[in-house]
Amino acid sequence: MNAKSKSRWTIGIEVLMILLALLFLAPFYFLLANSVKSFGEILSNAASWPQEFMWSNYSNAWKLARFGEAFRNSLIVTVISVVLIALFSAMAAYRMVRADTKFNKVLLLLFVAAMVVPFQTIMIPILKVVNVLGVNNSIPGLLITNLGLSIPMAIFLFHGFIKSVPLEIEEAATVDGCNPITVFFRIVLPLLKPMLMTTIVLNALGIWNDYLLPSLILQAPNLRTIPLATFSFFGQYTKQWDMALPALTIGVAPIVIFYLFMQRYIVEGIAAGSVKG
Amino acid sequence: MRGHKLSQFGQQLFFVGPAVLFFSVVMIIPFLMGMYYSFTDWNGVSGNVSWVGIDNFKSIFTNDPDFWSSFWFTVRFTLLGVVLTNVVGFFLAYLLTKPLKTRNMLRTIFFMPNVIGGLLLGFIWQFIFIKGFATLGETTGWPFFNLPWLGDATTGFWAIVMVFVWQSSGYLMVIYIASLSNVSKEVLEAADIDGASPFQVLRNIVVPLIMPAVTIGLFLAISWSFKMFDLNLSLTKGGPFKSTESVAMNIYNEAFLNNRYGLGTAKALLFFVIVAVITMIQVRVTKSKEVEA
Repeated sequence: MNAKSKSRWTIGIEVLMILLALLFLAPFYFLLANSVKSFGEILSNAASWPQEFMWSNYSNAWKLARFGEAFRNSLIVTVISVVLIALFSAMAAYRMVRADTKFNKVLLLLFVAAMVVPFQTIMIPILKVVNVLGVNNSIPGLLITNLGLSIPMAIFLFHGFIKSVPLEIEEAATVDGCNPITVFFRIVLPLLKPMLMTTIVLNALGIWNDYLLPSLILQAPNLRTIPLATFSFFGQYTKQWDMALPALTIGVAPIVIFYLFMQRYIVEGIAAGSVKG
Repeated sequence: MRGHKLSQFGQQLFFVGPAVLFFSVVMIIPFLMGMYYSFTDWNGVSGNVSWVGIDNFKSIFTNDPDFWSSFWFTVRFTLLGVVLTNVVGFFLAYLLTKPLKTRNMLRTIFFMPNVIGGLLLGFIWQFIFIKGFATLGETTGWPFFNLPWLGDATTGFWAIVMVFVWQSSGYLMVIYIASLSNVSKEVLEAADIDGASPFQVLRNIVVPLIMPAVTIGLFLAISWSFKMFDLNLSLTKGGPFKSTESVAMNIYNEAFLNNRYGLGTAKALLFFVIVAVITMIQVRVTKSKEVEA
């Protein structure tokens, strides 16, 4: 192929991909456009641009679905979970790499094996455990289960990453009088920043969007996270599209904004995670 | 030396302790308990749990058409979902590694459905299938839009496949992009000079070189589609008449709607064995096809 026909090809591909991208975005158009229409207009034409913008749909949905509360709950659960997942996994993986004992080898094998276990396999007994511990229907209950479920994968990623961190700096720090704990927090943890970001961002997406586990653990309406609030709202207002669609938009917005800001880390994280997987 | 004041045991406890604690409480113990409960008639409410031996498994195999129809649905869905998401994901990646001006924006768009949870996506699509498609059907007159998308077993199946592909192929695209950008330019140029057609280059050079990514792509797609729950729940609730009920949903309903926790855990254990065997076979087969560059 000569250069001219090559560039024509590229333009052709570009046009094709832009059309495909518009098709990909179409569901979001339907969501946004109809979320500000009156009920009658949604029924008469769900594809058109809104004739009149009913912003009150949003305030109605916000109040009825108690989204303020749900947003706060989601934020608390997600932030605390991801920080502790990243911290505890990094600590464990660090020790497991540096003290490569038989026990730690078996432990790593267990973590890897656990990654194949579907959540459904353990969900029923988990509820029993949560009840016995007395943390059912509470945010701490959800935190504990999030930690247990996400730590294996995170340890696996950190384990691969830490293996490539050179030992010399740590030895120097030890000679300078640091103990193993200060070596970890002052020297090693900052070196793990890329993997910390990966773990935090990927788990944040997973935990924020999770429906099944929170629905099993949290029953009280005031503890609802965003997926739970959306689900129960939808149950009450199924067919009331002028309520349901703004509620969905409110539910989708925070995570899309998060994505647009953290894009680079999300994409790098997936690539890094998959190479190791 | 001060560094050695902390005993090895103390260090092990401090660093590994928290992770092992949560892991044991949430995964190891429930897994073992699940094995026990699957041989009982536990109903989840009463303290009375009696041992029933392999009765639960017997009843799953001999007397549970709903489980097997949900299993069959999941298998069909997985086969299609895995192939389509990987093919779409690969071609998006392949075309988006070409020097396009809008490349970064396009990548951002194709990945976007992924960041939104399956539950919300299912509800959005429920609206589109019910209202959006009806309107498009009226304006375009295309019979495609006038099908009873969520009201019929066959179209319901395809509706879920469609949404799943729309949601998941962007994730696989990212993995394939990472892998494709590691394929050396020299090899591709050499093939071009030797007169290989783009299709030959793709088939004989690109695909063999990115087999590690294919292994991962297939693995992820298999486990996503096998474990599908959220999307299913919000899009069709398993209906009409349980025709789109996934295995994950069948297990959920058995335990929490029918209050048969013992039977539910037996199904869940069986489910684990099936998922583990299938993914292991897949990883083994595709790994054997990987080549050194």
